[in-house]
Amino acid sequence: MEPARGVRTVDGDVLPVEAVGVARHNAQTPAYARLWRRFCRNKGAVFGLVVFLAIVFMALFADLISPYNPLIQNYARPMEGPSVDHWLGTDSFGRDMLSRIIHGARIALVVGILAVLLAMLIGVTLGLISGYYGGLTDTIIMRVMDGLFAFPILILAIALMAVMGFGVRNVIIAVAIVSIAPFARVTRGDVLAVREEPYIEAARLAGISNRAIIWRHVLPNVLAPIIVQGALRVSAAIITESGLSFLGLGPPPPTPVWGSMIAEGRNFIVMAPHISTYPGIALMITVVGLNLFGDGLRDVLDPKLKS
Amino acid sequence: MEQPLLDVQQLTKHYPLRAGALHRLLPQRQTPVLRAVDGVSFTMAPGETLGLVGESGCGKTTTGRLILRAIEPTSGSIVFGGQDITALHGPALQPFRRQVQIVFQDPYSSLNPRLTVRQSIGEPMLVHGLASRDEVRHQVNAVLEMVGLSPEYAERYPHEMSGGQRQRVGIARALGVQPQLIVADEAVSALDVSVRAQILNLFVELRQRLGLAYLFISHDLGMVRFISHRVAVMYLGQLVEVGPAAALFASPLHPYAQALLAAIPRIGDGSVSMFDHTERLLAGELPSPIDVPTGCRFYDRCPYRMDRCRQAAPALRAVDAERAVACYLHT
Amino acid sequence: MTETLLEVRNLRVAFHNEDGMLRAVDGVSFGVARGEIVGLVGESGAGKTLTAEAIMRLIRCPPGRISGEVLYRGRDLLALDEAELADIRGKDIAMIFQNPISSLNPVFRVGAQLLEAMTLHLPARRRTLRDRVREIFTHVGIPSAERRAQDYPHQFSGGMCQRAMIGMGIACTPSLLIADEPTTALDVTIQAQILALIRQLAAELGMAVLLVSHDLGIISQMCSRVLVMYAGQIVEEAPMATIFHAPAHPYTRGLMACIPDIEQVPARLGTIAGVMPGLRDLPSGCRFHPRCPIAEPHCAVAEPALRALDVTHRVACHLARRE
Repeated sequence: MEPARGVRTVDGDVLPVEAVGVARHNAQTPAYARLWRRFCRNKGAVFGLVVFLAIVFMALFADLISPYNPLIQNYARPMEGPSVDHWLGTDSFGRDMLSRIIHGARIALVVGILAVLLAMLIGVTLGLISGYYGGLTDTIIMRVMDGLFAFPILILAIALMAVMGFGVRNVIIAVAIVSIAPFARVTRGDVLAVREEPYIEAARLAGISNRAIIWRHVLPNVLAPIIVQGALRVSAAIITESGLSFLGLGPPPPTPVWGSMIAEGRNFIVMAPHISTYPGIALMITVVGLNLFGDGLRDVLDPKLKS
Repeated sequence: MEQPLLDVQQLTKHYPLRAGALHRLLPQRQTPVLRAVDGVSFTMAPGETLGLVGESGCGKTTTGRLILRAIEPTSGSIVFGGQDITALHGPALQPFRRQVQIVFQDPYSSLNPRLTVRQSIGEPMLVHGLASRDEVRHQVNAVLEMVGLSPEYAERYPHEMSGGQRQRVGIARALGVQPQLIVADEAVSALDVSVRAQILNLFVELRQRLGLAYLFISHDLGMVRFISHRVAVMYLGQLVEVGPAAALFASPLHPYAQALLAAIPRIGDGSVSMFDHTERLLAGELPSPIDVPTGCRFYDRCPYRMDRCRQAAPALRAVDAERAVACYLHT
Repeated sequence: MTETLLEVRNLRVAFHNEDGMLRAVDGVSFGVARGEIVGLVGESGAGKTLTAEAIMRLIRCPPGRISGEVLYRGRDLLALDEAELADIRGKDIAMIFQNPISSLNPVFRVGAQLLEAMTLHLPARRRTLRDRVREIFTHVGIPSAERRAQDYPHQFSGGMCQRAMIGMGIACTPSLLIADEPTTALDVTIQAQILALIRQLAAELGMAVLLVSHDLGIISQMCSRVLVMYAGQIVEEAPMATIFHAPAHPYTRGLMACIPDIEQVPARLGTIAGVMPGLRDLPSGCRFHPRCPIAEPHCAVAEPALRALDVTHRVACHLARRE
């Protein structure tokens, strides 16, 4: 029990702590603990977090946990179903499916996260500038974003790859470019709202420069939806990357990538469905998990959005 | 005579409204204009509290914003501390920004929710070079004590504080840069009655200690009467009466000022109700500041209107050393 | 002795929330007699709006829970089913709210909304009711009633919207009008008009009014009897004259001292130290004791009941005595 400390008011009274009312209660439970508790109540979000952590784990320790080298072919045992030796079976080249799927997580994650980070950097900056300054700048930037939005993602990615050439680096760039627009739009929307808040005007009237205001006052207050968008975009990026790989535009074989694994299994759908199905399931679990995680984040960070 | 702290002359703010397509085809072809503030002139002495009152659409908030240079005047001049700041921009305006500060109405949105109290108060101090990073801590504590908050509040976030406490932080932020004038825009209107009284007392104490001048904008006449030395009444973008608070409230000269004061429900023992004598109450709606009539703007609702009131608007004229009215009844 | 129209007994409004059960209104009891104007005054968070809404059962339960008795002409409103309640709402008891513009549906004409309200309760023919709409509009002071009835709410000013709402309220000549901060969103001169209108209509129709407000000035100009609420409870009940000349509860005294007298301006305003406690941080014993200038140790221990100082004056304070 705290000793009776007081809050001194202008009248010179020293109020007992109880009289401070609402304030004390909130001060005692730190914000993060409360957010975490709320997050945990959402089963789907927790599942998503687990999936995400599992993917990260797989990506980091792929070499350690894979039972086999994913690149080693074994013509003796192609297209086998699940067995004791190969838990998820083998593909048409006799490579262990489980190991390939685990390694596939690495590419998925690397591409997903890097692409999204790049997109976030560019998109959020554009959104901040566009939303805060308005006027012609806003119009120009938003029309360009509209243009990006108008393209079906995969078509745009293909076109970019055709121009830039193949390879992981270009996949990342292509997926990033395609993901800029949502970040710009989400950021701009919130910036428009925050811009009108009195504390922004107070900062301006105190003589603080526009750049300082954007960095210190606007950005921290629009961060929540950006983070949510980030989580959701990673799953979208992984789908796009898988799509590109499926079409043969991703990292070249024999690199294990879920998209190209699904493509390889196309010819054997009837005989050995597991070759396409298992990577597909891995992809599905990842995407659903990330989406649930993103939704959970949104509910926790900005409950006003939840309808 | 001592140089006035603030000298505002013929301050005007018009918002041209974009006419619809049909409007442009009509013969008059004049874009309707919203005359938010229309030729307002007044002065403020150092350390003086001027109460600016009026109802919706009268232009008091816009006047406050103009003086802060938060919005650009359409015409007129603002001279602060002997310097004409009307046309200044950017870095030239920076010294002025220190001298005049604002306290907002809504304590819940006037503080950045992501910054601690210390950061909110300290930032303007740092920007204006009033403290180095090491000194800021002490200065923030000092100004917190001045507004009646113990230094432990410095590490709090706004959501951990009550409305009254947040408002104190807002005041502390304004005080931090040692301004000469504070524009209080409905600064206590969003607070509970008992908290309101605390904050008003704080305002009084601060002006006694620091010699602060206040432009106290409010629709609450009781509050204005308590805190103001002088009061200015606005109607439809213009000043209709200016004078010392006690005199103006005791015997208002302008018919609108009279109606305004008569409409305040005073605390009494309930034996007689002002609402049982409705003839004394002002009838009619609040007019719109768009398409304002020529002549006196109060003509439609004025119980004493005359023909000459419709022809030309009366100017704000002094009736004695301290009082001025814009009404043909007195000039 | 005038008939008691509304009798509220031990009204409690509680809300379920992640941290438990919060009692926003805690054991409120009072009555409203026929034709009288009663004021319910308190600061924000005191529970006065919830009390008014609970009487009309406008609170969603769950998450809310209303208990106690609300007797209207002897019938407990809390025990009625929706159909019976709908019959009383709007016809016998009417309510108007703080923000008049949002009380009206923006996509329907104002006249049509008034018509709808009347059609629900009055058996007359539509044409008769349409004429009645015009009559009511004129009666509440809306000029050019015929034309105005065809307008949409956004074409009405705040004051006019409130007049329309009042019109809707009195259309079926209710015996009780509950007005929750009806003029808070309006300018001073318009406020005066609206309050005058309410008073005039109350006198004409013999209607009782429960006026909820935080503004003691309004309360004293409108009400003959006053209920003071603090942290979910009634702390004092008395005729306006008594509240003005001899308030017994320290909170009431504090409130009166906070308000600046326009004629004799004090150097400093009286204040009540501290803030009203939130529902989660209610102090033990008397809820006001941490802020009370005359609190004694006993006040932190036992909650004072609302007891009668004399026939018309009740106080919830250990230390109040008859003056």
